[in-house]
Amino acid sequence: MNKSILTAVVGAAAFAGLGAAAASAATLDDVKAKGFVQCGVSTGLAGFSAPNDAGDWTGLDVDLCRGVAAAIFGDPKAVKFSPLSAKERFTALQSGEIDVLSRNTTWTMSRDTELGLNFAGVNYYDGQGFMVRKSLGVNSALQLSGASVCVQTGTTTELNLTDYFKANNMTYNPVVFEKLEEVNSAYDANRCDVYTTDQSGLYSIRLGLSAPDDHMVLPEIISKEPLGPAVRQGDDQWFSIVKWVHYAMLNAEEMGITKANVDEMVTSTDPNVMRLLGKEGTFGEAIGIGNDWAYNVIKQVGNYGEIFEANVGASTPLGIARGVNALWSKGGLQYAPPIR
Amino acid sequence: MANSSDAAAGVADSGRVSLIYDPKVRSYFFQALTVIVVVYILYTGVTNAVDNLARAGIASGFGFFGDRAGFDIGQTLIHYTNDSTYFTAFMVGLTNTLLVAAIGIFFATIIGFVVGLARLSKNYLVQKLATVYVETLRNIPLLLQLLFWYKAVLAVLPSPRGAHALFGDSVFLNNRGLYLPRAIGEEGSGLVWIALLVGLAMWVVIGMWSRKRQMETGQQFPVFLTGLGLTIALPLIAFIITGAPFVVDYARLEGFNMVGGRVIQPEFMALILGISLYTASFIAEIVRAGILAVSHGQTEAAFALGLRPNHTSRLVIVPQAMRVIIPPLTSQYLNLTKNSSLAVAIGYPDLVAVFGGTVLNQTGQAVEVISITMLVYLTISLLTSSFMNWFNSRVALVER
Repeated sequence: MNKSILTAVVGAAAFAGLGAAAASAATLDDVKAKGFVQCGVSTGLAGFSAPNDAGDWTGLDVDLCRGVAAAIFGDPKAVKFSPLSAKERFTALQSGEIDVLSRNTTWTMSRDTELGLNFAGVNYYDGQGFMVRKSLGVNSALQLSGASVCVQTGTTTELNLTDYFKANNMTYNPVVFEKLEEVNSAYDANRCDVYTTDQSGLYSIRLGLSAPDDHMVLPEIISKEPLGPAVRQGDDQWFSIVKWVHYAMLNAEEMGITKANVDEMVTSTDPNVMRLLGKEGTFGEAIGIGNDWAYNVIKQVGNYGEIFEANVGASTPLGIARGVNALWSKGGLQYAPPIR
Repeated sequence: MANSSDAAAGVADSGRVSLIYDPKVRSYFFQALTVIVVVYILYTGVTNAVDNLARAGIASGFGFFGDRAGFDIGQTLIHYTNDSTYFTAFMVGLTNTLLVAAIGIFFATIIGFVVGLARLSKNYLVQKLATVYVETLRNIPLLLQLLFWYKAVLAVLPSPRGAHALFGDSVFLNNRGLYLPRAIGEEGSGLVWIALLVGLAMWVVIGMWSRKRQMETGQQFPVFLTGLGLTIALPLIAFIITGAPFVVDYARLEGFNMVGGRVIQPEFMALILGISLYTASFIAEIVRAGILAVSHGQTEAAFALGLRPNHTSRLVIVPQAMRVIIPPLTSQYLNLTKNSSLAVAIGYPDLVAVFGGTVLNQTGQAVEVISITMLVYLTISLLTSSFMNWFNSRVALVER
């Protein structure tokens, strides 16, 4: 009889737990209450999200999360990072384990609809490429028929690869791993002839191989990979915050506001600058945060051009040119709606 | 008087206890209550999940099974292309898992029995070697062993261009796999397979006949040798009559990789090596325990009856040891099957990697995919254990 009572009590407790899990509050309120942003990143992709020598996370995707934290708390360190494999990332976001997924994730229609996600813009325009050993003597992806290809599971890469080989009537042997490090070490151990992922990723991974100079990235780009941060559907306020933090960084670059000169620019009389830096209007209040939100983002993290150069740009080991990621006014694709 | 009648109210005139105090009724009541609570919790859990998925805008249902998969898999036992459905991809993962489980169980059992017997050997060296084997392999986590075989042993093999050729260019070993020659059947090759089946069937029939005859007359018949002879001779005769209808397809280097022949991928080899050697160390201990459980008196009694040592062990010791061995052996088989899901760490396309990995991610339907995967493992395990229970009831001691 005691056992039955115990069962009933446990049952009631479990029910209460389920009931509580069913209710969901606004993400911004949750974030403010716990005092930090929980940000989903990769398990280590240099330039985009990887821990540095001191153990701090750095990268283009990481800086977006730091920007969100700066906008809300005025403190770019108010972020906790969850390293996620490609396979885990969407479930982690859907289940509320993370607040924002900033993990070199491709924006596709099915992810935008069926997975219940919203993509808050594109912080890196990428495309899928191939990396091979120079010793193979290959100089085009069209010569890869019969090759063994290393690829990470649960990515758009896996599907593009299939489509590309099929369209060009070539055969290949896929070797699929769940974690990025496993793919890297398998390729490094010559388990595969070819490594395929987003081209930016290939440059980043090449640096970590035992002999980077023995490998080359083939010129072909076989897909469109717009990478951007994603949030859950059904919380428009949070969606707006992430989206506008990204746009604020782009607008700042366009207006020439940098980490260094933002304190001088505060006194600017240009109405565009005044609106961005919170001297005019109540744009911050409209999304539930302080009006100096964009000032904090620029002051503590930087504008888009700055974070690009610092993490993946010409001065870094990755040495990626701005290319299509330049501002629209400089011939690229990066374009932000105006703040007004 | 009134008080005493009140106190006795629980006891009816006929002497029966009130329902509230009837232990049988009480236990039924609380059991029913427990069932209701459990069902309610499950119901709430499921409806909650469905509601939450709908509210979060996440697609649900099993409709995705019929959609085009659109990705390739490295090792397929059944016909599969990237145009196949997710259901076919699921079947590929399932058959790959079953293959690993079946082959793993086969090797683990053989190695386990050999090592278990070796631990009881009177030869000092053999016995110590077996002890070292058991104590080393069962005390290192399986995942580490898999990574060892995959990364430390197989990955350091030469690349295809510098492959080890064994048996005069017919077998190749390199870091892309083990390449074996493959016999391709031409016209008339069906007869050879039929002859093989007939040989096996005759082996079984002879076995039954000899058993019956021995029961009746006490005469013995060399079943094993006759059966083996038939199984080899019949297909051989068919092979010669039909004029050797096979061509052998050897692996050869072409482009990046070796083509032709039959390839056993390093992921598969590492997984089989890892799980069979690991599980064998547990089976060895089970076998040893089973044999030690048969008291020495049994051996002495058998000798006293005039049985020879090999008959003693085959007819007296082993049958009794099996009664002790089978139940824990079943658990080891189940463990091996479930451990095969560690394949995901070394890139072998088993059920968890293909279905719980790629399919889950491409469809995004985590709840459906994970529950199906769990259900499949549960089913495989229950089938294995019911087979072993049946086998156990056959070898169990029949007491009169």
